[in-house]
Amino acid sequence: MSCNKELKTVSPDVNWKDITKGGNIPWAGNAELFKTGDWRSMKPIWLEDKCKQCLLCYPVCPDTSILVNAEGKRVEFDYDHCKGCGVCVKVCPFKAIDFVEEK
Amino acid sequence: MAIRERLSGNEAMAVAMKQINPDVVAAFPITPSTEVPQYFSTFVANGQVDTEFVPVESEHSAMSACIGAQAAGGRAMTATSANGLALMWECLYIASCSRLPIVLACVNRTLSGPLNIHNDHSDSMGARDSGWIQIYSENCQEAYDNMLMANKIGEHPDVLLPVMVCQDGFITSHAIENLDLVEDDKVKAFVGEYNPEEYLLNKENPIAVGPLDHFTHCFEHKRQQAQAMMNAKKVVLEVSAEFAKLTGRSYGLFEEYNAEGAEACVVVLNSTAGTAKFVADQYKAQGKKVAVLKPRLFRPFPVDEIAEALAKYKAIAIMDKAESFNAAGGPLFTDVTSALYAKSVFGPKVINYIYGLGGRDVKTDDIEVVFNKTLEIVATGKVDSVYNYLGVRE
Repeated sequence: MSCNKELKTVSPDVNWKDITKGGNIPWAGNAELFKTGDWRSMKPIWLEDKCKQCLLCYPVCPDTSILVNAEGKRVEFDYDHCKGCGVCVKVCPFKAIDFVEEK
Repeated sequence: MAIRERLSGNEAMAVAMKQINPDVVAAFPITPSTEVPQYFSTFVANGQVDTEFVPVESEHSAMSACIGAQAAGGRAMTATSANGLALMWECLYIASCSRLPIVLACVNRTLSGPLNIHNDHSDSMGARDSGWIQIYSENCQEAYDNMLMANKIGEHPDVLLPVMVCQDGFITSHAIENLDLVEDDKVKAFVGEYNPEEYLLNKENPIAVGPLDHFTHCFEHKRQQAQAMMNAKKVVLEVSAEFAKLTGRSYGLFEEYNAEGAEACVVVLNSTAGTAKFVADQYKAQGKKVAVLKPRLFRPFPVDEIAEALAKYKAIAIMDKAESFNAAGGPLFTDVTSALYAKSVFGPKVINYIYGLGGRDVKTDDIEVVFNKTLEIVATGKVDSVYNYLGVRE
């Protein structure tokens, strides 16, 4: 089920009669709807020309903000959810991730 | 044909659980409720139930395991007393707010301290605002019957709340009584299958349970939960009516005893109501009329019905086996008097007796003190002391 489904039962103006019981959210994977990217003070920048696609960055991301495509190659960061922790920056053996102040 | 048996209150509750055959029982032993999971684990070992029995390391874990099991889509039950219930504290609120109809056998015991294993109601009374339905039982038969009805009440779609069935530790939990059991197949048919609308293990319709709930939605959830508690009263009556059809044993929101023509009434919970009824009969034989009102459903509190029933009396003594330490009477007293005031019942004079704390024995002559005081108030119309202690050494 898609997370883009309309959030009728948990919308900000839902009344107590229509709201879901016990705070249940009636589909899974809904954390995606909560954009945490604006928590970021530091921002990782993917330097595609330096990247060797070793994928060491992918498993260390505490969120799932390093996106991997169907061919198994990492692509751009998911900046909607990346909180700028910098773990991927530290782990990259090729200095292919820059870390700059969020503007 | 009902089955005649002689069982202790704990055994009766355990047998009810055996007949219900829940998916999960998670429990930790604590006096005087220990026997409930102990008997039940024997049923598990003997293959008499299909239940997954989880011998957890604490009551906090017992309730947590029940919450997980019930959220997953199973029927979960547990039993505890006193500090065990206190250790479940934060989980009690999680269970009720998550709308999980877990059933808990609460064998009432004094909540420490001072350290004490005997009966009063300080444990369950402390949990009265936790969002659990509370049903009180006078004797072993009622403990058994209330357990059989608990799932059906809690699981009703208009309710979906956890249920606590209370009985007096040792006084009924360890007293062997003759009682009527319902046949296994009839219990199975009465209790029915648990088919929750939403549950975690339903891969066709995945859900998230227990998410962060800020000021944007939390109030609406609490209001909805409060509505569920309001709805519970009607469901308790419906389930009790169905149970009466099955067994011939009728239960309401409360029991009123020797009310005919009485001007005085004593309100009292659980086993002491039995003693009070005995004394009421003796008084009746002497031409002195004192009624006994024994609340069965304490949460939700049947405000309208109790206020209406009590309106006809001139003097009412409300007995509390728990001290609220609010310097203004016990919990039953505060609820009853607030019901009377809210429903504009200003006629009866009301007094409170805190009694039997820490398992202090309550004998018929103690009850006579209360009866005599209410009769005196009927005669004089005067209350010299609202807040009283019964059976304490002065």
